[in-house]
Amino acid sequence: MNTVPSSTYFSAPPDWGWLIVLYFFFGGLAGGCYFLAALIDLMGRPEDRPLARLGYYIAFPCVILSALLLTLDLTRPLRFWHMLIESNTFRPMFKYWSPMSLGSWALLIFGIFALISFLGALVEDNRLNWPAWRKVRPPEMLSKVIAALGGLFGFYVAGYTGVLLAVTNRPIWSDTPLLGMLFVVSAASISGALMILLAHRYKWTMPGLASLHRMDSWVIALELIVLIAVMISLGPVFRAWVNAWGLLLFFGVIVVGMLIPLALYWRRQWLGDRNLTTGAALVLVGGFILRMVIVFSAQGV
Amino acid sequence: MAEPMGFYTDTTVCIGCKACEVACKEWNQLPSTNGGVNTLSGDSYDNTRRLDGIHWRHVKFIEQFTEDRKDGRWLLMSDVCKHCVQAPCLEVCPTGAIVRTEFDTVVIQSDTCNGCRDCIAACPFGVIETNPVSGTAQKCTLCYDRMQVGMEPACSKACPTQSIQFGTISQLRDRAQKRVEQLHQTGEKRAYLYGADEKMLGGLNSFYLLVDKPEVYGLPPDPKMPTRNLNSGTWFSALGAVLVGLMGVINFRNRGARLDNREERP
Repeated sequence: MNTVPSSTYFSAPPDWGWLIVLYFFFGGLAGGCYFLAALIDLMGRPEDRPLARLGYYIAFPCVILSALLLTLDLTRPLRFWHMLIESNTFRPMFKYWSPMSLGSWALLIFGIFALISFLGALVEDNRLNWPAWRKVRPPEMLSKVIAALGGLFGFYVAGYTGVLLAVTNRPIWSDTPLLGMLFVVSAASISGALMILLAHRYKWTMPGLASLHRMDSWVIALELIVLIAVMISLGPVFRAWVNAWGLLLFFGVIVVGMLIPLALYWRRQWLGDRNLTTGAALVLVGGFILRMVIVFSAQGV
Repeated sequence: MAEPMGFYTDTTVCIGCKACEVACKEWNQLPSTNGGVNTLSGDSYDNTRRLDGIHWRHVKFIEQFTEDRKDGRWLLMSDVCKHCVQAPCLEVCPTGAIVRTEFDTVVIQSDTCNGCRDCIAACPFGVIETNPVSGTAQKCTLCYDRMQVGMEPACSKACPTQSIQFGTISQLRDRAQKRVEQLHQTGEKRAYLYGADEKMLGGLNSFYLLVDKPEVYGLPPDPKMPTRNLNSGTWFSALGAVLVGLMGVINFRNRGARLDNREERP
């Protein structure tokens, strides 16, 4: 231990395991799907609206699942509310400089937006008979406000986790300021992939789906650039990925989760009908492996 | 507020007796490892291995010997929470469980901690861990309960060589500086103080006299605050969001909102 690449090598791993990997994945899906749904509501055609509703249908259950995963990960789960309420004084607990504190509030507020839009989607689909909730769906002005604000909180929920990892003293996590950016971009790519996958399953053909396809391929390319930037920004700490984790990152995330899906997006004839669904499924797999590698590799150092 | 209090640990007089570890465990009623079944680490005389939720003191044994073992030395060091003036654990704690006391020490309130473990990842020294009995993050309290009634912490009280000294920070810094000068005069030029000034995390209220590089003792040469990445991380995330947003707007623009409104409006 006489020479180490960074002073971060003397910290201890917090034992964040599978529950946190799953949270990063489903939290990313929640934020990303809500953002894409809001984008479609704000920019898309009326016939694209089933696609937007699909985003809201994914986002809300994923927020609930995220909250459950986070609570279960606490070693004292029944004290989950201590994140929001100061347990001795019962005053609000809020530290803007602690990503976990800010993230807890963001998750709560985003959850409210996700619920409103989820119910709005149910009403628009005539699965719920609450005429007043029609107001939260386009073309009402209120729907634009909700989509814009909820979309912003969605991005926050998707990205703060990367900032949270950076605001520690663990190797890798705190040796780059780019993990939040990587998680934001990755959240958009996996969410687009999941929506494409489900839309194909329902055999939808609305014009917005083609836009989503094209956008997702752009986002995957951006994600690849950001991931390479992460590796460069690690400097000497990159050594921590010269092992099985690095191999998994290269083959599982870059090749399987990015390069093959990009090739499938651009060469539509390769697998015929299955081209886009295969690509989308691989993006989801890659997104999961990315979070797994980042969470576990930094704790094995 | 009372005057800042803390520890000055002179590693050159530590004899590795582990009285500090025992006194700490007894006073703080910390459970034994592995239900009391002894397991040897194979690493010199160190079977404590590390600081964690049930080991708030840890005597490190560093053997520096030549290949033929004809020449060499022991480095012994009783490690503990540094009670940083700018404490990374306190900074990130989302529940407010970690507080600064009137003695300028850092204490985790076990009844508030919910076990999120952010502090464990934030501590640059690897001091904090979960105590399996309480299910909360725990570490040295600098015997806050003893200090409140004017007693000195159990470990320094038990230390037979005054390797661990307790007192006001200003007193301890004076004493430590004199000791460094004394060692330099007697030929031990490698002696220096680790964490005794404001440069390291605003000052460590538990600082050390060392005779080799910090890394040799398992200490980070340049510990930093976790929030050093907060602004840059946030701005890069925002940049990511803006880029993704732009990609969305460009790809969905053709079928824009104007079209939407024209078709929808009655």
